[in-house]
Amino acid sequence: MGYFLFDPLSVFFLSVIALVSLPSAVYSIGYLKGEASGRKTALAWLILILFLGAMGMVVTVNNTILFLVAWELMSLVSYFLVVFDTKHEKSVQAGTIYIVMTHIGTAFLIAAFLIMFKYAHSFDFSAIKNACASMPAGTKNTVFLLLLTGFGTKAGIVPLHIWLPYAHPQAPSHASSIMSGVMIKTAIYGIIRFVIFILGAHCLWWGIMVLVLAVISCLVGVIYALMEHDIKKLLAYHSVENIGIILLGVGLAMFFLSLNMPYLAVFSMIAGLYHLINHAIFKGLLFLCAGSVYKATGTRDIEKLGGLIKNMPYTAAYFLIGAMAISALPPFNGFVSEWLTLQAFFLGAFSVTGSAKVFLGVLGAMLALTGGLAAACFVKAFGITFLARPRSHYAVNALEVPFSMKAGMFFLAALTLAFGLGGAAVIKILSHVAAAATGIDITAMKFSVNNAVISPQAGYDIYLSVPLLALVLGALGIMGFAVYKLSGKGKTITYTTWDCGYYRLSPRNEYTATAFSKPFRIAFSFFLRPYRKTQKIRDSFYHIRSFKYETHTTKVFKKYIYDPALAMIFRSAKSMRRIQPGSIHLYLGYIFASVLLLIIFINRF
Amino acid sequence: MRTIALSLLELLLFIAISPFFSGLITKIKNNIRMRTGQSIFQPYYNLAKLFSKGEVVSDTASWIFKAAPFVVIASTLTAALIVPLFIVPGSMPRLGDFLALIFIFALGRFFLALAALDTGSSFGGMGSSREMFIASLVEPALLLVVFAVSLRYGSTDVAALSGMHTVTVSSLMAAGALFLVTIAETARIPIDNQETHLELTMVHEAMVLEYSGRSLAFIEMASSIKQMIWFLLIAGIVFPVASPGPAGIAHLAVWILWYMTRIVIIALAVAVLEISVAKMRLFRAADFLGFAFVLGIIAVVCAVLGI
Repeated sequence: MGYFLFDPLSVFFLSVIALVSLPSAVYSIGYLKGEASGRKTALAWLILILFLGAMGMVVTVNNTILFLVAWELMSLVSYFLVVFDTKHEKSVQAGTIYIVMTHIGTAFLIAAFLIMFKYAHSFDFSAIKNACASMPAGTKNTVFLLLLTGFGTKAGIVPLHIWLPYAHPQAPSHASSIMSGVMIKTAIYGIIRFVIFILGAHCLWWGIMVLVLAVISCLVGVIYALMEHDIKKLLAYHSVENIGIILLGVGLAMFFLSLNMPYLAVFSMIAGLYHLINHAIFKGLLFLCAGSVYKATGTRDIEKLGGLIKNMPYTAAYFLIGAMAISALPPFNGFVSEWLTLQAFFLGAFSVTGSAKVFLGVLGAMLALTGGLAAACFVKAFGITFLARPRSHYAVNALEVPFSMKAGMFFLAALTLAFGLGGAAVIKILSHVAAAATGIDITAMKFSVNNAVISPQAGYDIYLSVPLLALVLGALGIMGFAVYKLSGKGKTITYTTWDCGYYRLSPRNEYTATAFSKPFRIAFSFFLRPYRKTQKIRDSFYHIRSFKYETHTTKVFKKYIYDPALAMIFRSAKSMRRIQPGSIHLYLGYIFASVLLLIIFINRF
Repeated sequence: MRTIALSLLELLLFIAISPFFSGLITKIKNNIRMRTGQSIFQPYYNLAKLFSKGEVVSDTASWIFKAAPFVVIASTLTAALIVPLFIVPGSMPRLGDFLALIFIFALGRFFLALAALDTGSSFGGMGSSREMFIASLVEPALLLVVFAVSLRYGSTDVAALSGMHTVTVSSLMAAGALFLVTIAETARIPIDNQETHLELTMVHEAMVLEYSGRSLAFIEMASSIKQMIWFLLIAGIVFPVASPGPAGIAHLAVWILWYMTRIVIIALAVAVLEISVAKMRLFRAADFLGFAFVLGIIAVVCAVLGI
């Protein structure tokens, strides 16, 4: 096992991969049935297994060359998952964007690894770690920036997120669940392993940079998600947001490491890792639920859905659990990790001095804003998809999904609750992972009072007991229900929704997702740049036959960064074409000239 | 056992007292408008009436609609357990801190917003969308308030925050921001208007439009408890009081009187604000809460400067 490394950090990531992949694989039994032919199903399984193997390798190898091989294998195999559904032209387009972006990222990684090799004369992690101590500061900064760009591309940090909302939704749902739940986490692994573990985060500005990028990712991700009505794309944008939240924890850890505050560094790292595993679980769950909706209705556009809670009660319940978890509502797991992340900001602010306090406060406020927007987004996603009445024939004929799919979703939903209630125990385990990642001795530190109460630091009167909270919530709910039942004298009548005397509301009168997100579109118009076009089609001056309404938002990163860059590449490619006219004589001339230049070069220098 | 008994006592007190403040605000508003207005105890009569009435449930509604009132009341009462009323700090169950309180309120709101979408009425959707919009803008300002106050104390424990420290510039700014947040959270003018059922203006009322009978009673109860919790939090920052101590009946009576007067003063401020400004357009709510956010930042800066 000379090429592998099984320290707590690697084992932690391996278990995250396993936790989400197993239910997704079970789910795919039902999902692929009827979706693809027998041969293609076999191919899907093969790709899936290769994909899992590659991811497992990424997080366990101890050598940069092997790491790159595994990294590339993971990227290439997941490309085939993105283009798996070859019927759609969109898949191919999404696949192309994905493969280009991921290779740009890998290029940065290769550059970083080469620089490291120059100092360590070895590809081995431990050798590089030793050599990094004597690396000049300038080089260290370069390596950090290269690594951050390289891994940031895979993680989907804004503005490198551009591929994520295209690629993840296009893959089959069980694969989207693994890609969004686990694959982008390997990039976080890379950041923790290479930046914190190997390079050692000594510069304050590294932490600040990661924090600022993280908070931008949070906000941009959630604002785009609010505007999105394709359910899988919406979830993909939430991955951008949640990677931001995870990086807030990791960035805080870097921040405190450079300030030499070991307790806070470990605590923030725990918060980040906790959110990482939580996001893997609930995002996996949500993608599986979205896949069930797609399988049952044949559309991913939530404007065409509605009322699915009646035909698909299980899927609806699981989606609701996932939505509550991602909105950080008690007693589910997202609540615990967001609480921990916020608490890391607070504890940090108690310890640092001066303007750093204000900085941490503003970041905390932005995280709170993100949480509020995410809750709004999931009220929309769940409410429009599952509640009220079906908005189109797609939703009317939906049927509940088969057992294997339900089983996969049930497992993840149960984990969502377990990681919420068992927070104190999880933190204890994660403290060892965080200690291994940061290289800090944690034997003297205390992270939870007992198995029920989470309390960050002795001396501070801060605590959270999720089991007790759940118990109280449940007991009060039941008491409320009892009062309701016992006090009731009046009868309950079922009648139509109040329609202002209009007589018989139709599903067309229901609120739509576009309408739901309108306040947000207007409030964030400085960033979203909404475009609206209305057109009246008239029979005569007095009578309007129909009314066309069109609205969309401008994707600023695509318009102002990627489109100009792409145009520049094409322009330069065009000018390069001039030296390639197709004449064999000229090509021979090129070869001759380059050989001549090489001879001169070797002799001269 | 003692903890459970005290908790139940606290909850009963909250349930019993909170509608009074809703009635009080309406009464003050009516008096300033030179009207006689309804009795201060009208909210109690309303609750009693709602409990004796039958209920109409939409045929479009699913279990979410039926479950939401219980989630709302349970989450609000849980929040009430975190915020101490008369009970001595330390004797309540250790559920969570101020941050947990924010998330617990979010739970009730989440379900109410879903229930509003559940009946398929446009009113519900409109209310749901607006409520979530306002709530998401409230969060950053609220967090800064908690941040500023806890910076001075070094803890996010609610019981610790709501008493036993002196008033400073920072805590006044924080209280100002919290006051604006409270206006938004308790559906008051200029963000929302509890007195109207006009589709252009209603937010909270639009969400609960389909509810009737006992379900509506639960939601109304939860709203008034929530309002009292917010008032208590502001009072804890602006008029800090020490816990009563064992100094005899007379002393305790004075203490209780002062404790309640603080909340009445805040109710008065809300009532005066409500009659002196007009309801804002929804999109202006962003400016209003942006102002709360800026106040929050000032509070944090003042706390850092130590003033």
